[in-house]
Amino acid sequence: MNPLSLFRHIGAYWLLMRQVFRKPEKWSIFWRRFFEEVNAIGIGSLGIVAIISIFMGAVITIQSAFGFESPWIPLYAVGVAARDSIILEFSPTIVSLILAGKVGSSIASEIGNMRVTEQIDALEVMGVNSAGFLILPKILASVAIFPFVVTISMFLGHLGGFALGVAAGVVTPYEFVYGIQYDFRPYNVFYALTKTLFFGFIIPSVSAYHGYYTKGGSLEVGQSSTKAVVYSIIVLLLFNFILTQLLLA
Amino acid sequence: MIEVRNLNKSFGEKHILKDFSFVFEKGKSNLIIGESGTGKSVLIKCMVGLVQPDNGEILYNGEDFVSMDYAAQKNIRQDIGMLFQGSALYDSMTSEENVKFPLSMFTEMSEAEKRDRAQFCLERVNLPQAGKLFPAELSGGMKKRVAIARAIAMKPQYLFCDEPNSGLDPRTSILIDDLIKEITEEYQMTTVVITHDMNSVLEIGDRIAFLHKGKKIWEGTRHEILRADNEELSKFVYATKFLQQFRDRLNA
Ligand SMILES: Nc1ncnc2c1ncn2[C@@H]1O[C@H](COP(=O)(O)OP(=O)(O)OP(=O)(O)O)[C@@H](O)[C@H]1O
Ligand SMILES: [Mg+2]
Repeated sequence: MNPLSLFRHIGAYWLLMRQVFRKPEKWSIFWRRFFEEVNAIGIGSLGIVAIISIFMGAVITIQSAFGFESPWIPLYAVGVAARDSIILEFSPTIVSLILAGKVGSSIASEIGNMRVTEQIDALEVMGVNSAGFLILPKILASVAIFPFVVTISMFLGHLGGFALGVAAGVVTPYEFVYGIQYDFRPYNVFYALTKTLFFGFIIPSVSAYHGYYTKGGSLEVGQSSTKAVVYSIIVLLLFNFILTQLLLA
Repeated sequence: MIEVRNLNKSFGEKHILKDFSFVFEKGKSNLIIGESGTGKSVLIKCMVGLVQPDNGEILYNGEDFVSMDYAAQKNIRQDIGMLFQGSALYDSMTSEENVKFPLSMFTEMSEAEKRDRAQFCLERVNLPQAGKLFPAELSGGMKKRVAIARAIAMKPQYLFCDEPNSGLDPRTSILIDDLIKEITEEYQMTTVVITHDMNSVLEIGDRIAFLHKGKKIWEGTRHEILRADNEELSKFVYATKFLQQFRDRLNA
């Protein structure tokens, strides 16, 4: 992508967001759509987030134990390392990246399909602010629900690390539980959930942008959906870097 | 009444609409006819504000739509019903919900009133049973009829139809034409219909504008069109062998 088209995309994205953040036509309809999206984006993702969190928690625990095979390092360090990896990076960032794939592609293809079948034009002709109607509930729902999903992921990550780590014999229950409490810093959770709020905004808005400006037919809808995921991930990683600099450095 | 004055629209280098002017009358079916790709859809998209024209005026009851602010345009849009070339029903909603949608969005009707109105509109297009079906479960002709039901739900003053009978069998096509004609007269709407179909032209063409390469080169009524003295129009009207023979017999 050349830099000129990068600026054009940023400009167009900004203009779209200004349309999105107008007062909704009717609050009753907005809230209904908001809760539908909370359900689709949040509840609909819990299954995959649960599975990934339990197993990744376990793998992180076993890998930490593997790295600390030295008589000088106390065994509870496994719990400390697993906790920090899960809270600082795994749950907020990796889970968001996975949701970028799941949520981003479905948002882009839904909106892209509405664009190419003129459903968006039909909304506009009626006098409905189509961008606001379609996109605002998705963004707000995902900003609202992502922190919960990530908190659940943190919990299940620890649970997976505990259960499977103990089962694998790399750590004892007492040391793991002692480790995850050792020198616990609530600020790290704050940092993680703050990142999550940004990711919850980036994923649906970048994906909706790609869907909303789809031109052509079903082939292009597929391409928009792929682009939505790729750009969501790139922007997400960029913000992950910036926010880490600002909040931890 | 809608009056279009000197409308121009280009896409890049391509000059699509060239100085189009026409008066679309109230209570009548106003037809836009012409070959594929001459700019018919672009014209009505300009008229409803989906495409910004380069210059020209579009007067709804004397007020220029193009130069209005968003809020004023929105007021006019609530008086517009539109049937898109591909129906454009909302996939995620049933037929009934599609018809109820503009009512929920813009009126304070109760749920029961909305349901009644939706049922009335669906009956009006002869689909009283289709309320619970999703667009994916409807045939092409049924989709168009549900789309008409949605378009008339708000009792619009202006109805736009982009090829309401393309891709339909002749009988269904006539059904839709009759429906458009009836509701236009019944509700005294200003109806704008795009069509390539000579049957529809002869059936409902109260006023007709013929577009050729983006220019209006003829206007008249369905009574005048068969005898019009215009080379390009004749090519369009007498495209089929059947109508050619009909003309030859008429002339003999
Ligand atoms: N958004 C657009 N960008 C660029 N060119 C466009 C756009 N919309 C339409 N055109 C061009 O304008 C011309 C007229 O298109 P239009 O859709 O109005 O044709 P039409 O008369 O409705 O044809 P049909 O009867 O096949 O529907 C075409 O050459 C088309 O390529
Ligand atoms: Mg067309």
